[in-house]
Amino acid sequence: MRYVIIGNSAAAIGGVEGIRRHDRDGEIILMAKEPYATYSRPLISYFLAGKVTTRQMAYRPSSFYKDWKVTPLLGKEVVTIDTEKKLAVLDDGEEVAYDRLLIATGGVPFVPSIEGREAKGVSTFTTWDDAKRLRRMAKGLKEVVILGGGLIGVKAMEGLQSHGVKITIVELMDRILGLVLDATAAGILERKLKDGGVRLVKGTTIRKIVSGEGDKVTEVVLENGEELRADHVIIAIGVRPNLSLVADTPIKVNRGILVDETMRTSVADVFAAGDVAEAMDLLSGEKRVIPILPTAYRQGKTAGEAMAGRDTSYLGGIVMNSVEVGGIPAISAGIMNPPSEEGFEVKRYLDRKKGIYRKMVIKDNRLVGFILIGAIDRAGVYTGLIREKIDVSPFKNRLLDLDFGYIDFPKDLRTYKLSTVYM
Amino acid sequence: MMKRVYAKEEVCAGCRLCEVWCVVAHSQSKNIIKAFNEEFPRPLPRVKVEEFGPFSFALQCRHCQDPPCIEACMTGAMHREGLEGPVLHDADRCVGCWMCIMVCPYGAIARDETIKKIASKCDLCYGEEEPACVAHCPNEALVYEDRGE
Repeated sequence: MRYVIIGNSAAAIGGVEGIRRHDRDGEIILMAKEPYATYSRPLISYFLAGKVTTRQMAYRPSSFYKDWKVTPLLGKEVVTIDTEKKLAVLDDGEEVAYDRLLIATGGVPFVPSIEGREAKGVSTFTTWDDAKRLRRMAKGLKEVVILGGGLIGVKAMEGLQSHGVKITIVELMDRILGLVLDATAAGILERKLKDGGVRLVKGTTIRKIVSGEGDKVTEVVLENGEELRADHVIIAIGVRPNLSLVADTPIKVNRGILVDETMRTSVADVFAAGDVAEAMDLLSGEKRVIPILPTAYRQGKTAGEAMAGRDTSYLGGIVMNSVEVGGIPAISAGIMNPPSEEGFEVKRYLDRKKGIYRKMVIKDNRLVGFILIGAIDRAGVYTGLIREKIDVSPFKNRLLDLDFGYIDFPKDLRTYKLSTVYM
Repeated sequence: MMKRVYAKEEVCAGCRLCEVWCVVAHSQSKNIIKAFNEEFPRPLPRVKVEEFGPFSFALQCRHCQDPPCIEACMTGAMHREGLEGPVLHDADRCVGCWMCIMVCPYGAIARDETIKKIASKCDLCYGEEEPACVAHCPNEALVYEDRGE
């Protein structure tokens, strides 16, 4: 049996570990465009800030490929797949045959067609190379404009802040981290941002990037007419599934590669996982791309187990994020901004002085989402309640309390949870 | 299959000696007086007694079969020791992103910000015959056994 994995981040590594749980001998070939041994992508902002070393970027120990009997082909891009002959075709023309294939190519940054975006000094921020380049030039940078106040934009900002760069974030929505927070939560973090000297321009976007001598960025013009000096622009609007590889194949895609509960695509022996895949969303019961690391790993592992012939299934993912802005931790999950008041019960606790905000979103006596700002301890208890769709009515009034815990569960639920092992 | 710590809440007195001895076990000196009087920062307890009225029990990492914390760990700091060992945490590789806290269904991972931001959790006193919390529980409200899971 020969397994071929395209990709080298969380989903791909999950794939390796999933396969090896059940097949210790099958051949595994792992190919990736980036030349590095598997590294932690979310750490690129820490690397930019100088908070982690090259060694600490490793997502797995240096002996990983050897230990797990994997042949890595790094720095090689797979350009297409022949699903009939079961071949992956590399950029240098080499063909690699597979029995089972896992596509874990992740996401690519979305860059809208802004005038002047080809100028020197316009970049994205999703790879280690992006962080390395920025870190090298950070000393010479004075003013950076970040387009997008989502997770990538905020991370880029945190990475650059320690270099003493003047930063402006331009965000189209009325708040930062709009997809993972609500207005109150974002407000608390925005205040911290401003305290840290970051300027925030909301409700607008970049109309034009102006460059001067040597095609180098000098300024950006916003849709609201404002002009901002800039010697670098980071486009951080978001990522979309990296589908280039499957473009001319019969593999079915929607926004991402469509997969079933075993992470199989529409084509036999081809699996997909991670930011490239469109898999089940636990809360909506519909398929959706959820580009977060825990989901990527879980999908990869599920795919790996299925590839090794095991009976396994992916129960669905939940949107969830943990981020820290200006030293204030924030965790949110599920539905944090219910589409309407109807059918949803929302509970809130706010202590502005202490910078603590907690919000619970309940539907049909099931917790479906939460936001925790400042006081995030034991957040996973809430995530667990969402995932397991537990009836919260017996302890609904305790959910917001800082010391909420298993003691508030009905005894039989608690006994069950504490006497069994979480699968 | 591995040995795990199980709590018997019917006999838990809520004395919190498990927390105390956990601190001692993770201190430099391993001495209760020195640990509490001389060691600063003092290690955090990795077991927590939950209490309400007459009810109490101790809770620590369950060392799950399929640990959500390992899946969610973005640096690879959280890992299982061998195939059936405890779920351990490599402080050097942890950056304190709190992804593990976001997913642990038991709420058994704490923020340790005493030296640098890292996650703090039960290591089953790895290498010892019996975890300190179990060994020092005066009423056998904590047991360490293999229940075939």
